Amino acid sequence: MPEPREPIEPQSDPNRQDPLARPAEPVLEAVGLSRAFGPVEVLSDVSLVVRGGEVHAIIGENGAGKSTLMKILSGHLTPTRGVLKLDGAPVALAGPVDAERRGIVLVHQEIMLAADLTIAENMFLGRETRRGLALDDRAMNRRANEAMRAFGVDTPVDVPVERLSIAQRQLAQIARALAVPHRVAIFDEPTASLTPVETKALLGLIRDLKARGVAILYISHRLEEVNAVADVVTVLRDGKKVATRPAAELTPVDMARLMVGRDLLALYPPRSPAPSGAPTLEVAHFGAEGYVEDASFAVRPGEILGFSGLVGAGRTELFEALFGLRKGSGEIRLDGRPQTWPDARAGMRAGVVYLTEDRKSKGLLLEEELSLNLTLAALDKYRRGPLVDRAKEAKALDAAIQRFDIRVGDTNLLAGQMSGGNQQKLLLAKMMELDPRVVVIDEPTRGIDIGAKQQIYRFIAAMAAEGRSVIVISSEMAELIGVCHRIVVMRNGRIAGEVAGEAMTEHAIVVLATGVDTGIGGGVA
Amino acid sequence: MTQAVRDAPVAAARRFNLGAVAPFLALALICALGATANGRFLSFDNITNVFARSTFIAAIAVGETLVITAGGLDLSVGAMAAFVAGLEILFLNSGLIDNPTLLIIAAMTLSLGVGALCGLFNGLTSTIGKIEPFIVTLGTMGIFRSLLTWLAQGGSITIRNNDVRAAYRQVYFGDLFGVPYPVLVILGVAIVGAFILYSTAYGRHVRAVGSNEDVARYSGINVARVRTITYVLQGLCVAIAVVVYVPRLSSASAATGLGWELMAITAVVVGGTRLKGGVGRVWGTIAGALILEVIGNIMLLSNLVSEYLIGAVQGAIIIIAMLAQRGLARGR
Repeated sequence: MPEPREPIEPQSDPNRQDPLARPAEPVLEAVGLSRAFGPVEVLSDVSLVVRGGEVHAIIGENGAGKSTLMKILSGHLTPTRGVLKLDGAPVALAGPVDAERRGIVLVHQEIMLAADLTIAENMFLGRETRRGLALDDRAMNRRANEAMRAFGVDTPVDVPVERLSIAQRQLAQIARALAVPHRVAIFDEPTASLTPVETKALLGLIRDLKARGVAILYISHRLEEVNAVADVVTVLRDGKKVATRPAAELTPVDMARLMVGRDLLALYPPRSPAPSGAPTLEVAHFGAEGYVEDASFAVRPGEILGFSGLVGAGRTELFEALFGLRKGSGEIRLDGRPQTWPDARAGMRAGVVYLTEDRKSKGLLLEEELSLNLTLAALDKYRRGPLVDRAKEAKALDAAIQRFDIRVGDTNLLAGQMSGGNQQKLLLAKMMELDPRVVVIDEPTRGIDIGAKQQIYRFIAAMAAEGRSVIVISSEMAELIGVCHRIVVMRNGRIAGEVAGEAMTEHAIVVLATGVDTGIGGGVA
Repeated sequence: MTQAVRDAPVAAARRFNLGAVAPFLALALICALGATANGRFLSFDNITNVFARSTFIAAIAVGETLVITAGGLDLSVGAMAAFVAGLEILFLNSGLIDNPTLLIIAAMTLSLGVGALCGLFNGLTSTIGKIEPFIVTLGTMGIFRSLLTWLAQGGSITIRNNDVRAAYRQVYFGDLFGVPYPVLVILGVAIVGAFILYSTAYGRHVRAVGSNEDVARYSGINVARVRTITYVLQGLCVAIAVVVYVPRLSSASAATGLGWELMAITAVVVGGTRLKGGVGRVWGTIAGALILEVIGNIMLLSNLVSEYLIGAVQGAIIIIAMLAQRGLARGR
């Protein structure tokens, strides 16, 4: 049953239909869509057909035009050329509200919920259920609860969204979008911050929608997932359509090749032998108030240590507490010497850095320039007295762009104007400015394309090769297995166990993460 | 990656920031209006008068620019000015030092110290106490104003010694090579403020904290320290305003500095600083303070609008400035 490197069985979906054999009615059609911003065309002449009861996946690297296409199909943007047809008749969408009224809903990639409101309040925002003049909170909570249950996760629908994890928020957002009556559902990277269990539930939900005849557009970087759920795949590259094929004819490797336009080298870099030196960082009996209890682990120089676990297992909280970013207590030793880190600065001074999973709201100043972001954590290096040495900063930015292959045409860009992959590279560069001995990277490849992923894995391997200790926290088991020497698995705020070497399989991780042998590791499908 | 490349020309165009220039254009426009309305507007005396009168608000508003850029707010500045002025005059009246010049210098130093301490109190209460700065400074606004009223026993505190008064008058009415001291004070405060905000590592931290507190924290910046220092700098700016203000009337009362907090915040916002933090424009603030004063001046010189409506016009300005900012932001 466990199949570590090929976790998803493409043929295991009994509902899969061959669209060429049994063509359903086209619901949404794009004919020669183009979109230009100023003189540059980011989408040129893209046509596609989405049928009822069909999952149509759109794949492509960042910047390939996927988001632009989705924004046009959901009424957020108007095409500069081309026609959109709904049920065969040309239609001009006046905006997202108009699109929703016509039954086209978009599940956004970015989480857009009011943080102070509850899931139920968010879900019914603008269309609240009332009883007389008063809100019918009980009915709304009940319906929200049902919607969340459909994902198979127990999420409180009556606490502020702010207190939920990113995955829970993402599920809430999906539930909210789908609460609108719809015929076309567009999913933009819906699983970017979900763990396998929730991903499985979401894919199940998508199959339900499909069975009800909904036309589904699905964008994802996770090609295994596309392979598992899609009927038809359209590949975009540089704003143009490269191919539309039945999913059954494509393997993930084929898809990657079509996306990049060349053969990808192995996704993961060759693994160095497991190092055996004395540990750099040792953590013992560490707790994060309300999230983690009694966590102990150690990492050696040159070692890549993975942290796996389900959403809510406390991985992020453990490391945030370790770095004084939230309340926690326990023993920390660096090279055998006891440490106390009341804030992130103390850890950084000791040579230990944490790269947040939430790079948009905790990692980078999106409205500031690249150089400012790059040097923010290590500004002392760029000081001349009280002054900031701008020339030295500019040089450092050039060096970082070179070293981390940050692809920007203009170094005066704001951080928020770059793609996710480039932002992640910038965050990596920012923390490497501190020349740390221990690097903790939380969700290093969330929401970034396969080319950038491959590079990030190589950077991680290079850091380890330089003798640094690297800790990778990830919800993607495949990437942990691909890059780590050893994986620690957490469950319900405790360390459930550890796997290393040949024993690192998705099955073994899932068993530790859930505490039961559910067989989930056999595949998402 | 391609997306980023495509964004580049747009970003380059954006570098010329209309928002940064707008307050100066507005100031120029209003001055042109003033010149047509009344010939005396452009006279040297009138111009220096406008500058001198705007010193208090300008100096305070530079401090407020730092506070707001770091994501804070200080409503207590007007009351703080009254309190500091009261203490300074009481010290001048104490006669502890015989030499008037030395006495004045000591009084100025005392003012700066008291201002810094008042600011420190605001800063620590809001950062360590984790209370919204709006609430903290609303509280200290009442405290400072009430302390002054108590010190003055409901009346006013006036410099009693005529020699001291005459010597101190020079600070407001005197000049250096024809440039009045208050103008030099505005320039000095603005230059130092701009230097701190744009050129120092601390200034960068101020912007980062106001732009996104979490990012700052995750980058190892001591957010509480950065914010607290902005309040101390604000206190110093208030003290500088007081040091120039006291010689003008030689007196402080419960009415001293009344409404200055609103004028300072108006100047900051009109100048293009973002009220929710992250973007600060020191020179824009100076332009904002001048705009407020010029408009009042024009209303006094011309008979178009009753000068009793000055408050209404200034209130309208802040709203118009916000609408203009919104419009510029939407153009992005």
